[in-house]
Amino acid sequence: MKNRLLWPVLALVALLVLNVVVTPSFFSLRLQDGHLYGSVIDILRNGAPTLLIALGMTLVIATRGIDLSVGAVAAIAGAVTCTYIASGGDPWIGMGIALLLCAVLGLWNGFLVSVLGIQPIIATLVLMTAGRGIAMLITEGQIITVDSPTYREVGAGFLVLPIAILISLAVLGLVALVTRRTALGLLIESVGVNPSASRLAGVKSRTIIWTVYVFAAVCAGIAGLMISSNVSAADANSAGLWIEMDAILAVVIGGTSLAGGRYSLTGTLLGALIIQTLTTTVYTVGIAPEITLVFKAIVVIAVCLMQAPIRIRVRQGVPA
Amino acid sequence: MTEPVVDMRGISVEFPGVKALQEVDFRLFPGEVHALMGENGAGKSTLIKALTGVHPLAAGEIRYAGESVSFGGPAQAQAAGISTVYQEVNLCVNLTVAENILLGREPRKFGRIDGKAMRARAAELLARIGLHIDPGSVLESHPIAVQQLVAIARAVAVDARVLVLDEPTSSLDADEVAELFRIIRVLRDEGVAVLFVSHFLEQVYEISDRMTVLRNGRLVGEYATATFSRIDLVSAMLGREMGVLEEIERRSGTPGDPLLVAEGLGRKGSVAPFDLEIRSGEVVGLAGLLGSGRTEVARLLFGADKADSGRVLVDGKPVHLRGPRSAIEVGVAFCSEDRKAEGVVADLTVRDNLILAMQAARGWARPVPRKLADELVAKYMEMLDIRPANPEAIVGNLSGGNQQKVLLARWLVTEPKLLILDEPTRGIDVGAKAQIQKLVADLATEGMAVLFISAELEEVVRIADRVVVMRDRQKVAELDGEVGVDDVMALIAGGGDVNEIEAVAS
Repeated sequence: MKNRLLWPVLALVALLVLNVVVTPSFFSLRLQDGHLYGSVIDILRNGAPTLLIALGMTLVIATRGIDLSVGAVAAIAGAVTCTYIASGGDPWIGMGIALLLCAVLGLWNGFLVSVLGIQPIIATLVLMTAGRGIAMLITEGQIITVDSPTYREVGAGFLVLPIAILISLAVLGLVALVTRRTALGLLIESVGVNPSASRLAGVKSRTIIWTVYVFAAVCAGIAGLMISSNVSAADANSAGLWIEMDAILAVVIGGTSLAGGRYSLTGTLLGALIIQTLTTTVYTVGIAPEITLVFKAIVVIAVCLMQAPIRIRVRQGVPA
Repeated sequence: MTEPVVDMRGISVEFPGVKALQEVDFRLFPGEVHALMGENGAGKSTLIKALTGVHPLAAGEIRYAGESVSFGGPAQAQAAGISTVYQEVNLCVNLTVAENILLGREPRKFGRIDGKAMRARAAELLARIGLHIDPGSVLESHPIAVQQLVAIARAVAVDARVLVLDEPTSSLDADEVAELFRIIRVLRDEGVAVLFVSHFLEQVYEISDRMTVLRNGRLVGEYATATFSRIDLVSAMLGREMGVLEEIERRSGTPGDPLLVAEGLGRKGSVAPFDLEIRSGEVVGLAGLLGSGRTEVARLLFGADKADSGRVLVDGKPVHLRGPRSAIEVGVAFCSEDRKAEGVVADLTVRDNLILAMQAARGWARPVPRKLADELVAKYMEMLDIRPANPEAIVGNLSGGNQQKVLLARWLVTEPKLLILDEPTRGIDVGAKAQIQKLVADLATEGMAVLFISAELEEVVRIADRVVVMRDRQKVAELDGEVGVDDVMALIAGGGDVNEIEAVAS
């Protein structure tokens, strides 16, 4: 496991060093009105939604699944909350309703995958496309702006550190605790590695699969709240657009295989940080906007190559 | 004799922390069938993989056709004329038979694959080995035994000078083995050198000319089959006094109350309705050919498949078997014959695999306490002699016999009342086999009911108190008391008047 995390760590360190070289003040932090500011904090705050979604994605991928609908679900969460607040509702209740709806959407994904046995990539593609439509219906095609100080706290607020960071880290801690202290982690991995053997051993694979999709959707919902709260508006079209790709990348860079099985939450954290740092680096280093995506792709490929199975096999040797 | 086609000298192979092979010499002559013998973990597979370039050599030299070689992998070895058929079928089950046979060397026409020519060529190759199936059919639709023969057809499709068969017979029935041996003899007479690995001593004596015995990664010796007795062979393999297998006598204890009763249980297209009673402290053997319905019976009793007629009573109470969980709840455990696909969870550790069934029963919210898990793992590792004795070892890296032991332990941990074992000794070595048989006998003595399924009749007869015989997806007989292999054989083969021999359990 340590070996698997070596390359992501090195990649992150390399990116950070590059940033320091270009901007010597990169690591400097300052405290102003009890709020911590600085480039590193910005990276963490902007990366919070990706990290959250990637955490949900990690568990889904560990069961051999994938959830493409998280971006759309995030948009729905923002749309519901903003519409509710705009019509004079309480922000807390609005967020509650939004997350509840996300859980229902997760149930839907889980139903398609575990009960009907549809391939996850197709099953969640349904909601990926339909979800934006649902969000549009809720906002009636408008960008809904709200003026609620309470709601703004979620994405833009500070408790010394940005609240978004604290939420994401709290969820990370919670998932780590729940999956490793209970047997959930073992059962998820077991279902991911060998579904038939797990079924014959009496594992309730259906419940496990259902659980991870609901969890992924709720994570996406919270991320959606952050994104929308940060700008105090709900944009059904572009909120959380392509975030599922960043999340999947974060999981893969973190060393969890798309084939399911063993997963690493620490790896996912690293993966999310690498992706966000990369986005920031592109701006600080001054790479021309036209080629940002190409630059991103090159770094991602480099990291993935470093941990490709063929290298690992050469390094460790495979016993018979 | 002529020059050896393969001459391996002083071969050593090392894995991190393990010396898998140490200075092994091995010679293979053209036109001979050479058996490679040894227990699990003796280094048979490693030697084969060293030959085909899968594992790099730490020391030693391989000479092939008189020249020093070092293959980069099985593909290179195959191109040079060394074809290998592995223990577990390594084909693409979603492709057709023809596509599998000619994968990577499809006949082409204008740059595109010529489907018609491919099927014709495949049909030719299948005919050569006497297998009459539609080359255009999907491989998955055939039983494992047929898939194995397709793998052999694939191996002989290239003009091989050396054919390596790593446990080719472990999933074949008697007829198919005879068929395979016919093919092997044809190839041998054509001058092909056949390297044959099998755990079935009878087959080895039937087919091989010479044998090489390995033990713990070292060479024990090279012998001519005709002058090497079985006892000598087994003691060469085990390196200890013989007699382990003889020790396990069929116990004539007194079985307890009926534990599980099946009444008219059946499933269309799978197995015809049957009655079956299993008592506590009793070993019931289930004999029959591959595809006779023996595995299907086990799956119905465990709820792995749903029955569409009949009912099951456990301890006198009807049980509705909706799935494996409902069977587990009433104390039934099932080890599948397909260890790789339905047994172990290969990427997880020995510890995780061992507690999996217990954990599944407890639900995710109540993890098995670490201390209890450690105790259980330590207990069963010692009891079943699981090697390596490392709870953190990844199960996929263990040898077949040790994987089987882990699987057994997974169920023993749950303390079942009825243990259903489907081919628990298939593809594992003599030592592990004896250990498992002894364990089954001990468990029954302690009051557990065991349903024991095996293709090896001698094993079934020796270990079981009662033998149920299956044929053509029907239960044809139940034999009590002193059962001879010949009686069971006659029933399996069919033809005779079944009712005459049939004996009803008391």
